[in-house]
Amino acid sequence: MLRIKGLTKRYRTGDLALKGIDLDVPDGQVMALIGPSGAGKSTVIRCINRLVEPTAGTIELNDTEIVALSSGNLRRMRRRMGMIFQEYALVERLSVMENVLSGRLGYVGFWQSYLRKFPQSDIDEAFRLLQRVGLDHMADKRADELSGGQRQRVGICRALIQNPELLLVDEPTASLDPKTSRQIMRLIKELCAERKLSAIINIHDVMLAQMFAERIVGLKLGEIVYDGPPDQLTPAVLTQIYGEEDWASTIRKADDDEPETIDEIAPATPIIERDRLAGLT
Amino acid sequence: MSIALPTERRRWKKPPVIKRAWLRWTLILGFAIYLALAFGTISVNWARVWEGLPRGMQFVTAFLPPDFTSRWDEIAQGIAESLWMTVVATAVGIALSIPVGIGAARNIAPLPVYYFCRSILAVSRSFQEVILAIFFVKLFGFGPFAGFVTLAFATIGFYGKLLAEDIEDMDASQAEAVRATGSSWLQWINYGVQPQVMPRMIGLGLYRLDINFRESAVVGIVGGGGIGATLNTAFDRYEFDSAAAIILIIIAIVMFTEYSSGYLRRWVQ
Repeated sequence: MLRIKGLTKRYRTGDLALKGIDLDVPDGQVMALIGPSGAGKSTVIRCINRLVEPTAGTIELNDTEIVALSSGNLRRMRRRMGMIFQEYALVERLSVMENVLSGRLGYVGFWQSYLRKFPQSDIDEAFRLLQRVGLDHMADKRADELSGGQRQRVGICRALIQNPELLLVDEPTASLDPKTSRQIMRLIKELCAERKLSAIINIHDVMLAQMFAERIVGLKLGEIVYDGPPDQLTPAVLTQIYGEEDWASTIRKADDDEPETIDEIAPATPIIERDRLAGLT
Repeated sequence: MSIALPTERRRWKKPPVIKRAWLRWTLILGFAIYLALAFGTISVNWARVWEGLPRGMQFVTAFLPPDFTSRWDEIAQGIAESLWMTVVATAVGIALSIPVGIGAARNIAPLPVYYFCRSILAVSRSFQEVILAIFFVKLFGFGPFAGFVTLAFATIGFYGKLLAEDIEDMDASQAEAVRATGSSWLQWINYGVQPQVMPRMIGLGLYRLDINFRESAVVGIVGGGGIGATLNTAFDRYEFDSAAAIILIIIAIVMFTEYSSGYLRRWVQ
């Protein structure tokens, strides 16, 4: 359970990015955070693992307060939160395997990581995860040799090998084509379900948010203006979040609910076959 | 509504970089006048240039043929000294410049550390190798040790500054992603920063090796040992044929290191 109370962030430039946000995310919930650019979505998730220092407020993950942690305890806390980034943020000159194993850095000593002598259990888990996302044959490729969708799947492995209690996902589909975007979102959703993980997903594609999240929070100018299920996202609500626009075609029709329909739009590629995804953990 | 301008036969010219015409012309004229005046102060004495030409010719003929044999032992010793001086000074200089360079990168070092490391770099970079060598020869006496210290110190300024700049240019999101996993500071440098700067820094290390060998010859002339000292002795004895041999060997070694370091750099990147 993630509990955020009165989260406020004022940047050094004086911009008030977050104006006292209250937000609870129960275990196992996949929540999408939507809103226009500059609404503070990215600041919210970066405050949770303190890549950005909050100005005021409290954040608790499973009853541990995060905002007041000392640097050593913060490192141990960060291990419990996996983060998936916009534009993947893989270390491009490291191999796929090194990128995945970097998710274990919080658990191993410096020399162990420097000499790349990770415990066998970590290596087993890395291969298991890579196989789960269909990339185990790429382990020794350099990260910059991969396509966008493949890179994001490596990013997902890096986050999951931390064995996190919460996933922080920042615009996972920002530079992906529509089909790959759906595959990545579906993968995140399935993995969360398998591991009973809760996730906060920043996303600006409203349709994707509605398709894959069970709860939607709308952020505007640092304040929550909508918090509810995806199907109550009406044109009026979207106007409130984003401003005046013709929203009729953006909102998902009720008969799109069946996953089969989505697959007709985006048939699975040979790399991620649905059977394979369902069969392997 | 704005007034619609006619779209045909409208004149267009690239806007000048300096908008104010008077300022633009003042700068251009001022620079031209300064250049003309500066050229006047050199006071070239063409008669002396003319007289110098045959003397230069004599000098060149004295070099021929180069004599490799009669002073070969001294030459071989000088080259060996220069080579070890170069290799050790480059290795030690790079090792010392890594912490300084990391500390001098604004995006990862706290402000006091940044200013401290930047000032080390500034001091190291503000002196040319020959001036440093004169100073260190006074400090440690004649010989290759003074040369080694000179080259190592100069390497810190060169390598540390370029390392700091490369770190400042790195992709912040890759480093942020490593930090988000709960890594320690050293792990963060090793996984998030090092891979991003490594290929360029290997190339620059080889390039510095190359520079240090060339500088070792100059440093020797002011007393820093190595092939430069041998060369200086040859000139002092008016043994121009031996000096020519040394110069040819230096050229050959510089060409070899330049070619091989260029090849290695391409291979690394």
